[in-house]
Amino acid sequence: MAAVEQVRRLGEGTIEALRSLGAAGVILWQAIVMVPRPRTAVPLLVRQLYSVGVLSLVIIAVSGLFIGLVLGLQGYNILKDYGSESALGTFVAKTLVRELGPVVTALLFAGRAGSALTAEIGLMKATEQLASMEMIGVDPLRRIVAPRFWAGVIAMPVLAVIFSAIGVFGGKLIGVDWLGLYSGSYWGNMQSSMVFDKDILNGIIKSVVFGVAVTWIAVFQGYDCEPTSEGISRATTRTVVYSSLAVLGLDFILTAVMFGGF
Amino acid sequence: MSPSPTAAQAGPNLVEVRNLHFSRGKRVIYENVDLNIARGKVTAIMGPSGSGKTTMLRFIGGQLRPDSGKVLVNGQNIPELSRDALFRARAGMGMLFQSGALFTDISVFENVAFPIRAHTRLPEALIRELVLLKLEAVGLRGAAELMPAELSGGMARRAALARAIALDPDMIMYDEPFAGQDPIVMGVLVTLIRTLSEALGLTTVIVSHDIHETLSIADYIYVVADAKVIGEGTPDELRASNSPFVQQFLNGKPDGPVRFQYPAPSYRDEVLGRANQSGGRR
Amino acid sequence: MRMRTIEITVGLFMLAGILALAFLALKVSGLSADGSQPTYRLYAHYQNTGGLAVRAKVTMAGVAIGRVSAIQLDPKTLTAKVTIDIYKSVNQISDDSVASILTAGLLGEQYIGIVPGASDTMLDGSDKHNEIEQTQSALVLEDLIGKFLFNKATADKPAAP
Repeated sequence: MAAVEQVRRLGEGTIEALRSLGAAGVILWQAIVMVPRPRTAVPLLVRQLYSVGVLSLVIIAVSGLFIGLVLGLQGYNILKDYGSESALGTFVAKTLVRELGPVVTALLFAGRAGSALTAEIGLMKATEQLASMEMIGVDPLRRIVAPRFWAGVIAMPVLAVIFSAIGVFGGKLIGVDWLGLYSGSYWGNMQSSMVFDKDILNGIIKSVVFGVAVTWIAVFQGYDCEPTSEGISRATTRTVVYSSLAVLGLDFILTAVMFGGF
Repeated sequence: MSPSPTAAQAGPNLVEVRNLHFSRGKRVIYENVDLNIARGKVTAIMGPSGSGKTTMLRFIGGQLRPDSGKVLVNGQNIPELSRDALFRARAGMGMLFQSGALFTDISVFENVAFPIRAHTRLPEALIRELVLLKLEAVGLRGAAELMPAELSGGMARRAALARAIALDPDMIMYDEPFAGQDPIVMGVLVTLIRTLSEALGLTTVIVSHDIHETLSIADYIYVVADAKVIGEGTPDELRASNSPFVQQFLNGKPDGPVRFQYPAPSYRDEVLGRANQSGGRR
Repeated sequence: MRMRTIEITVGLFMLAGILALAFLALKVSGLSADGSQPTYRLYAHYQNTGGLAVRAKVTMAGVAIGRVSAIQLDPKTLTAKVTIDIYKSVNQISDDSVASILTAGLLGEQYIGIVPGASDTMLDGSDKHNEIEQTQSALVLEDLIGKFLFNKATADKPAAP
């Protein structure tokens, strides 16, 4: 009878996963559609942009700088074997704008802001704040979830663009100031090979998609978690893990679509 | 500020629960339960932990739907109300949650103002007066600008109470108001509940398992256990009840219809049986 | 934190994002360069386009004057038909110019370099004047090596006895 038990558990697990997915979908729909009245919506959004965007700025900027520096160094080492050091600018810029900018920003965002969102909403659920808000007659999805969702979607591309810009500058610091490349060739080659709509715009589209994915997961995990301290901690972990996997998976799909048809 | 009852709705009971059925998974929480909450009086729902007392409040407030049965508040069947009608109905109910549940990111003043802002478009000056009035009633007018994190447990409960009465509801529900409070705070809460009930003519519902405090202020009590109402009446009627369960509950006896021992094989078998199995090892 | 401070910082945050975007657009991709300049269309046929890709540069004397917009197999001649968009401001491409597929640096992308000829007739995209007749295909590494080895072999062979 152990086999029957296994099948039953599998079925139960699948149904639970489906339920989660469905609930997540409903939340996404309501968070997008049910935006609060403008008079209340804008201050809420601004406050959330602060907590999700501004407070992530430091880690994004510092990481961008370090990654730019490393790209400059590694890139130089690799290209010099082919006598193509002058392509360093192109190498750094393309790598950052197309891939590392959106992806690394999304992963850092998931870890810093995503987990914070999950914990915050989960705690509000555990201390019955969401229930009491509902009892007063205000929909917590409108008041709490929607502003956080939109703040994440807006903040992500902004952070990714800042990351890339600082990274390119970091590459320049290494290539031009430290390793002695001619500044003209760093920027010149970069400019002639970078295309705005193919490289930069695609990078921004990626980061918007990542923003939706990460914030959605973070917000849902908080809203759906078990209202105990253990439940919150599990939900926070799930946010980081699922978001990271989602970002990497979506990155592959988007890269294939955008850059695959050479 | 809630819609006043029509002649047809104005009976002696503000809330009538009829034929309520509710299960969670395999556990039956309520089976064919009837309850009346009399207008203007303090009604208590008591019972052992896990008997589903808080769930009853959730039915009245429309947060949960029963599997079948009616929950009539002022003549309206709550589970069947539309979103807008439920919104309006909730303006007439205040609820004090067990943990107070103040919104931690805004001040005490803003917390109390929250329901007012949600349901009305009153000018700021008027809102300010209302909020200060409510805070005065619970004795926290001086704490208006504090954040919830800066309040003690008892103060947080009082602030949450001020928020619950912000819209002058017809009914106020207390979920375990006395749980884990020190004697002074308990005294304050008991006084507040009684005063508010009398001064504002509030219909009051208390869910609790604190015998002494609840019996001292309730006008009518329901004792709920095993998915049914196993006893009801005024405090005196209950004290004189000859139901063994009610007596065990009221007097806090450790053993009675609710057994002390978790079901297990007989002690003798367990201890001696094990010794036989392990042979000469120990 | 006071609401006002929060609003100011969020404003600065968005501003930083806009500045970063502007930086990327201008300094990194040289956005203004490609813009929406009016172009006219020329064609060139090649035996072998090698690694030439759509959107590759077209240069004259090293200066970018246009882009490759399409590469197709010409079914009639079984050669590669490359479509080039040249900026209208450049109208001194004579009809005997040579369009060669060159490589930028050792690893670089391939692009088309046009060397002007001596003819007086200029190509302007109209039906009679839109084909660059003279083309030089991309260098194929294997052919180069073969040529090199062949040359080496014939050079090393002493005069036939």
